[in-house]
Amino acid sequence: MSVAAPARTTKAAPAGWNGPRAARRLGRAGLYLAGVAVFLFSVFPVYWMIATSLKPRSEQFTSDPTFLPQDPTLGNFDQVVNGNVVPGVSFWTFLTNSLLVTLGAVSAGAVLALLAAVAVARFRFRLRTAFIVTLMVIQMVPVEALIISIFINFRKIQDGTGIEMLGSLSGILVAYTAVSLPITIMMLRGFVQAVPKELEEAAAIDGAGHMTVFWRILMPLVAPGLVAASIFAFITAWNEFIIALTFLGRSSENFTLPLTLSYYFGRFGTEWGAIMAASTLLTVPVMIFFLFVQRRMVSGLTMGAVKG
Amino acid sequence: MASTTEAATNRPPAPDGAEPRRPRRPGSAPIGRRLLRSLPPYALIAPALLLLAGILLWPIVQMVWNSLHTYTIRHLSPNGPQPEWNDFEHYRTLLGDPYFWSVFGKTVLVCALMVGLTLVLGTLVGQLLHKLPRAFSTVVAFGMMLAWATPAISASLVFRWLFTAERGYANVLLDRLPDWLVGSGWREFDWFLEPFPIFTLLIVIIVWQGFPFVAMSVLAGLKSIPHELYEAARVDGAGAWRSFRAVTFPMLRPLFSLLVVLQVIWDLRVFTQLYVLSGSSFANENAYLLSYYIYQQGFSASPANFGMGSAIAVVMTVLVLVITVYYLRIMIRQGETR
Repeated sequence: MSVAAPARTTKAAPAGWNGPRAARRLGRAGLYLAGVAVFLFSVFPVYWMIATSLKPRSEQFTSDPTFLPQDPTLGNFDQVVNGNVVPGVSFWTFLTNSLLVTLGAVSAGAVLALLAAVAVARFRFRLRTAFIVTLMVIQMVPVEALIISIFINFRKIQDGTGIEMLGSLSGILVAYTAVSLPITIMMLRGFVQAVPKELEEAAAIDGAGHMTVFWRILMPLVAPGLVAASIFAFITAWNEFIIALTFLGRSSENFTLPLTLSYYFGRFGTEWGAIMAASTLLTVPVMIFFLFVQRRMVSGLTMGAVKG
Repeated sequence: MASTTEAATNRPPAPDGAEPRRPRRPGSAPIGRRLLRSLPPYALIAPALLLLAGILLWPIVQMVWNSLHTYTIRHLSPNGPQPEWNDFEHYRTLLGDPYFWSVFGKTVLVCALMVGLTLVLGTLVGQLLHKLPRAFSTVVAFGMMLAWATPAISASLVFRWLFTAERGYANVLLDRLPDWLVGSGWREFDWFLEPFPIFTLLIVIIVWQGFPFVAMSVLAGLKSIPHELYEAARVDGAGAWRSFRAVTFPMLRPLFSLLVVLQVIWDLRVFTQLYVLSGSSFANENAYLLSYYIYQQGFSASPANFGMGSAIAVVMTVLVLVITVYYLRIMIRQGETR
């Protein structure tokens, strides 16, 4: 509002199309329009995935697709879940594989990350800075560059010891645990540091041992951070593709969901209804989790760059 | 926000380890005890460090070693020959190979476009969210969250479907638009043959998935800038662009540097999206990027050439490490390593 204008004129001109007010109103309309555009751009592909998954075959194989499913059906989901995506292996096997690997990697990662985070946040030791810098460097080096060496290592371990590392879930479980470890340690470190040290000292003075302090004081306060970091690790492992592709390539009974999806696409490239139904099944759990950790994702990844 | 509380409670740095140090009488702490006391932090990081060293650190060394040896799938079979030192042959081949340089150039160009577009769009949207009324902004942010949360493989498949010839909705819509605006023949247009359309779609997918993170970060940053600064700028007669240049950008400079670094590193490694857009094949050599080239050499070429794949991986890692040094400087300046 212009300060100089007397209050009466502002009130008296409700539909004021004069000068700056009109411009401001136009500007606001522009903002709203831009907001709507951004929303549509973001949501449309997701909408299209779900819409296609609900369309019967006749509506997929038309050169005149409609925006809304005309005759919605769950047939595609039925085909994915009950039909044989990969001959002889049911969808539930793939879902179980994905869940096993993801949950295994998340829980192993949570324990390892918590221990390391406590060390980094609560102790001063000689290799501390070296450790943190190592974490940051590892976080940056792309798995895509290391995948050949990791593959060779796993192959050699397998040949040497007989432990199944390739074509099995245990191999990718180990890899997934390692991949999300650097960032979960850094996230958890922030949470441990946020717990006032005085609390622990007070408990120690009252005679509580290390274990008691850890379980009764630190854990309850760090728990939300542990949840956030775990969900982050969950999303990483659940979505992971290139490691699964490399290690599970031919053993279809051990496919994770992303790999199943890619395989399905390679085999039935034109069955878009079913492919989109499978995509929807893969995407929904991530979206639910995402809504929980969204704010932590931002602050966890940009760390100290935003203070506010 | 975690970082805030961390900053607040961490300012007076804890002078020493976990235990409050008791006044020590001379001779009361023999070497053994002192060693024992310094042990806990090492015991705590040991499991994580061992796993990281075995799975991710050691392979960095091996990658360099592999790249300097003749190393194919033959050398991996139980009674195959040992990998042989080949006197930088892979690197010499790469340096003189125009195809490698074209892949390298495409990677840099495509990556620059992805990063640039993601950052510009993200920053604009961040500002937009800051200006919109709260409820409106929440709804838009929710929509963006969906794009961000979509797994790379699902996102790639959806875009592949949208741009399918004859039936894809995007192709149909482009075809319905007046010809004078977009040209004709879109319905039958095959996006997945030539590198230019493939990379265009690749950039669209990456920007679509990437801009929400940038926007949310910028929004968080904007909220931390004191309002008075903008009022002062307005009093001085600054327009939107001027106040961005004079207030927003300098205030958020550390955030922007970090966002550039993260985006570059994430976008250099793009693989899944390209894999789907290329129809899960390595047949189209014009549509390779570095990460794709590495994978093709290591797992799809016959015979699989681990040495050459590793040499390309080294080149890519060097690119990444240059950027990582910059990232570490930012982190050290922010005190994250302390």
